[in-house]
Amino acid sequence: MVDGQKSKSAANVKKPRNSLASPRGTGRCGPKLAPGKSLLAQVLTHFGHTVTDRLWRLGFAAHFFLAVLLNSGTALRRFQLTIREIYFSGALSIIIILVSGLFVGMVLGLQGYDTLERYGSSEALGVLVSLSLVRELGPVVSGLLFASRAGAAITAEIGLMKATEQISAMEMMAVNPIARVVAPRFWAGVISMPLLAALFSAMGIFGGYLVGVKLIGVDAGSFWAQMQATVDFREDILNGVIKSFVFGILISWIAVFEGYDADPTAEGVSRATTRTVVTSSLSILAADFILTAFMFRGA
Amino acid sequence: MNRATLDLWVGVFVAIGLGSLLFLALKVGNLSFSSGGETYQLQAKFDNIGGLKVRGAVKSAGVVVGRVSQIQLDPEAFVAVVTMHVDNRYKFPSDTFATINTSGLLGEQYIGFDVGGDTEMLKDGDTVKKTQSAVVLEKLISQFMFDKAAGDTGNGKK
Repeated sequence: MVDGQKSKSAANVKKPRNSLASPRGTGRCGPKLAPGKSLLAQVLTHFGHTVTDRLWRLGFAAHFFLAVLLNSGTALRRFQLTIREIYFSGALSIIIILVSGLFVGMVLGLQGYDTLERYGSSEALGVLVSLSLVRELGPVVSGLLFASRAGAAITAEIGLMKATEQISAMEMMAVNPIARVVAPRFWAGVISMPLLAALFSAMGIFGGYLVGVKLIGVDAGSFWAQMQATVDFREDILNGVIKSFVFGILISWIAVFEGYDADPTAEGVSRATTRTVVTSSLSILAADFILTAFMFRGA
Repeated sequence: MNRATLDLWVGVFVAIGLGSLLFLALKVGNLSFSSGGETYQLQAKFDNIGGLKVRGAVKSAGVVVGRVSQIQLDPEAFVAVVTMHVDNRYKFPSDTFATINTSGLLGEQYIGFDVGGDTEMLKDGDTVKKTQSAVVLEKLISQFMFDKAAGDTGNGKK
């Protein structure tokens, strides 16, 4: 067991340079267009090249994910590394999460009251606010915020480290950059995301309470009682936590990958940062649909 | 930033995060262990409980005094046996009337206690003897329709 791990980690020290080398330079510069070919063939060649390039990148990302998981021993053993990253991506996100959670909850309170009032069941406002936050809005909106605040920062940081050749310097010193730089950031994101989502939901429910009960005057007792009678811990809250956990993995993975894969130029880092935000936002929404379909189908 | 400050902020962050999760679980999801305070147990038998659910409210004069903890079917008498946990602060006379009511037209169902005048109070494990079942809206409507139809034919013959 110990022997096996040792040989594995020994292999991994070497690995990044060989198997996890960036694909840039091999395929990015576009296909060589033969001058004699027809326009159609050229277009098709270009299209095929784009497709294979995308597929190659996806495989590279999966390979990178595996490498991060295999090299996360250091991040968990020397937990101080991860704690530092939790501070930057988690603790510094508290303010934005609190404020946006409060506003989202208050808007839900206003809009929900307006609609429910038409059916004479404004007491169900607590149910509406809490269920929509705990099930959907909490994980998704905090995921989007986390991707644009912390994910972009992670990408920019790793990308700039690569551009200034700090990553290569680490490899020269036989320090595995995946274990030392990438894995702590990845795990920090995975740990922070569920906490931030819970914070967002709690704050949103408080915002809904402020608007619904304090401002509009829905009965406080029925606001809380109907909420407590309807919201189920396992079915609603735990599923929300699972969602935010999955989003945390997705965002952190995309962020560290884009950073590690960025072109080592100013323009490359800026493009990688943009890609992080776009890709992780889209994959959050897509994953949300898939998870929702599995969790709340029928019932 | 030195390490102690960093640890402090991460500690604050994780504590706030776990705290809000706890808030969601306890206050929003009502994952209560004994929901605070001592309770005593009462039972009541209903012919029909309608849409009453476990953890539904028990109210007296509109005030929540307890929760439904268990609903079972009596296999011999074929009536629903509802077990409730009522807050120790509230005592009810032994001739209390338990009815199943609906809050609003679409609201959830709850058990309402109409208090009697007996001097003897209900104790832990007692059964509420006088009960009234849930009003089944379909039955009420069909009853009304038949009455109406009967009345109409009567009028027609006149």
